[in-house]
Amino acid sequence: MNKQTKNFHQAKWDEPVIFELSNKGERGILFSEIEQEIEELIGDGFSKLPKNMIRQKPPNLPELSQMRVLKHYLRLSQQTLGADFNVDIGQGTCTMKYSPKINEKLASSLKLTALHPAQDEITVQGILEIIYKLDLFLREISGLDKFTFQPGGGSQAILGMASVIQAYHDSKGESEQRDEIITTMFSHPSDAAAPNVKGYKVINIYPNEDGLPDVEALEKAVSNRTAGLLITNPEDTGIFNPKIKEFTRIVHEAGGVCGYDQANANGILGITRAKDADFDLCFFNLHKTFSSPHGCGGPATGAFGVTDKFIKYLPVPLVEFDKDKYYFNYNVSNSIGKVRSFYGVVPAILKAYSWIMSLGNEGLKEVSQIAVLNNNYLLKKVLEIRGASAPYAKGRHRIEQVRYSWENLYNETGVTTEDITCRMADFGFHMWSSHHPFIVPQPFTLEPTESYSKAEIDEYIAGLKRVVEEAYENPELVKSAPHRSVIHKINTEALDDPAKWAITWRAYLKKKQK
Amino acid sequence: MKKIGLIINPIAGMGGKVGLKGTDGATILSQAKKLGAEQISPERTIGALKRLVFLKDEIELITYPGEMGGDVSKQCGFNPRVIGTITEDNTTADDTKQAAKELCNLQIDLLLFSGGDGTARDICEVIGDKIVVLGIPTGVKMHSAVYAHNPIRAGDLAVLYLQGKVKALKEAEVMDIDEEAFRSGYISAKLYGYLTIPFEERHTQGLKTGSPPTESYSQEAIAQEIVDSMDDDHLYIIGPGTTTKSVMEKLNLRYSLLGVDVIYRKKLIEVDLNEKKLLEQIKEKKAKIIITPIGGQGFLFGRGNQQLSPKVIRRVGKDNIIVIATKHKINSLNGRPFLIDTGDNQLDLLLQGYTAVITGYHERVMYKIDL
Ligand SMILES: Cc1ncc(COP(=O)(O)O)c(C=O)c1O
Repeated sequence: MNKQTKNFHQAKWDEPVIFELSNKGERGILFSEIEQEIEELIGDGFSKLPKNMIRQKPPNLPELSQMRVLKHYLRLSQQTLGADFNVDIGQGTCTMKYSPKINEKLASSLKLTALHPAQDEITVQGILEIIYKLDLFLREISGLDKFTFQPGGGSQAILGMASVIQAYHDSKGESEQRDEIITTMFSHPSDAAAPNVKGYKVINIYPNEDGLPDVEALEKAVSNRTAGLLITNPEDTGIFNPKIKEFTRIVHEAGGVCGYDQANANGILGITRAKDADFDLCFFNLHKTFSSPHGCGGPATGAFGVTDKFIKYLPVPLVEFDKDKYYFNYNVSNSIGKVRSFYGVVPAILKAYSWIMSLGNEGLKEVSQIAVLNNNYLLKKVLEIRGASAPYAKGRHRIEQVRYSWENLYNETGVTTEDITCRMADFGFHMWSSHHPFIVPQPFTLEPTESYSKAEIDEYIAGLKRVVEEAYENPELVKSAPHRSVIHKINTEALDDPAKWAITWRAYLKKKQK
Repeated sequence: MKKIGLIINPIAGMGGKVGLKGTDGATILSQAKKLGAEQISPERTIGALKRLVFLKDEIELITYPGEMGGDVSKQCGFNPRVIGTITEDNTTADDTKQAAKELCNLQIDLLLFSGGDGTARDICEVIGDKIVVLGIPTGVKMHSAVYAHNPIRAGDLAVLYLQGKVKALKEAEVMDIDEEAFRSGYISAKLYGYLTIPFEERHTQGLKTGSPPTESYSQEAIAQEIVDSMDDDHLYIIGPGTTTKSVMEKLNLRYSLLGVDVIYRKKLIEVDLNEKKLLEQIKEKKAKIIITPIGGQGFLFGRGNQQLSPKVIRRVGKDNIIVIATKHKINSLNGRPFLIDTGDNQLDLLLQGYTAVITGYHERVMYKIDL
């Protein structure tokens, strides 16, 4: 037995859906009757409300006591494998780093939580200053000229980029003709999906033998129909495209706009900038590189930046400073409008600001250096594991993550990536596969970030090694995993059939009846 | 109880090691034997059966006698139901066809067969799309997409299918090359038809992203894109295949699955045209060709669609060739480029390089064509 793998066992509560726990009439809080005095003053509290604001039927909420609700959610929480529990390097592309608890404290302080987004700007100068200064930081980091924090995540920022690209071509009377967006297969799939939502036709460049998009392919793809390029770099493979500047040149010459998906910039802070590769637009996920936790940890932010030329298209309001006070600027001539209500997810902005302040200029660069070092250590160790490989760029260093493959293991044992994921969970580890489309066979993507120590990376590797040994010696054990965890294999076929899935309880009941 | 059929072509693969590029026909077989060739097909079949044997009490294995399945089934621990008769050491393609017919009549749930392209053709001829099959690769030529990656994978996929864990099906190409021509150094491959196989997502799905669309959903999206962009000025020449078939289905038109059809203004002009007829059609009119690569090997021109000859292609023009393929089909090439072999080297050189492949609605992929 491998000493380095933990004797882990996860709680498994077999907890029903909260709606199934409901008992008619059960209450969490019993309200007292209105006191006479108050009733005399304001009435029963209902009759003064406008008629159209009063529900005809009470909402169909579960009826439970407080204690049962508490148990329910605590049990569910025990069934997760949160980022603070495990060595979370198995969720590559997600930049799972430590989010310092002090930043959570700041964000949950009354100074922030008691603010209302409709307050007059003069009463919220402090938070506006933070928003403005974070904008300044990101300008430094990217080389671009203005940021908005309105998008509530990376994909929304990509939709923002697609909207700005469209508004730009609109202003030149070319948006009808320019209806194509170019991206690459190993860019994040939202770089294709979001412009598609916007109505664009999407051209995906397939990787060459080195895992990189060919310049020749791009040259064939551009035309007078090109609206722009939306590209991730380094791509999901962790390989940096050294010809990125040629890419932007070709697209610019064809009249297109270049947008840089820097959701994950964890390996390049202080090393290379969007501006240096001649990008017009870019975005950072504050919930990745800048340590604000991911969506589930409190909504996210896709910080969206542009060069001077494109400021007039940004969503409103922008936060500006007139040397005297901070203010909201709604006067943006060709604004795409709003991509989300108000000013973005302010707690995420505050956490990112605090994280950057705690590190400073040098610290940020060091983050990237350590992240890259950790990743290349991990790469070397993974390649020593039987059955594992790292397609493309053989013998070369990667940036912050690597997309690996269990293809050899699968061919030799029949054990799949999904099986290994399930078995890793038995040791308290997570191992994720890949974004679609699944170009790399039996993929897994690891990203150790700067947060994890060598000891922890070694612990994760020991977990992988152990599972692989089992796969060769006793594949059934791995194929029938998990044995000590709550996760299980999902039959994804049902996902193709709308009659078989439901995303709300109400839809579930309806479909069940049929 | 589920019923699974097994047919082994015992001589498949024998020509390979002795350099004979196939084992079809009696003369070649005796030549192979003279060169010291030994049976490899039964041995390789064992690799697949071993993966299945734990299900032996839950499934009924039905097979032909001796070297065509009975022997290795028993050797692996199965208690097979053996039907039919053969002459040991002298089985032919007719035995394969006869076995396929009888097993088909028994309404089996899955037919496993061991062999190469010749065997797949024989099975396809008898069975068509009547039952689900899966090939255990034991032959010399394996251009057909009906074979698992190796015998072990064939066994595992059979298990998943029998247990209901893999439910999706796929029509996979049955290809064969003319062995005679191949021996004299010239490859001429033909698309003989399609067999229905269990569809395994080799590139597993990401839990983060949910399920990718099924093959037929993707084909329909491609068909919609094509139909939306069709104009009234061009004839459309529709090549063979299931992806191109979906275009015809979308338009409610009759089609030939293995042949080349022509439509104009969304109406059928003619099905299954040969080169001469195609040239007549496009003599006066502008035309576009819609083709899809052959799954698993990636040939665009020169395999299975020789009607689209160099003359036809030149007349239509490079810019009027529309390539369609699902992403799954592209990914199954493992990064290998699309191939062309029109028989006209100058033309091949002209066609090579990156091309935009329609992979879905409003979606294309830049992919390389090579010689
Ligand atoms: C490179 C890249 N771009 C975009 C996104 C999308 O960001 P979000 O999940 O916030 O929508 C991600 C997240 O996985 C990413 O890794």
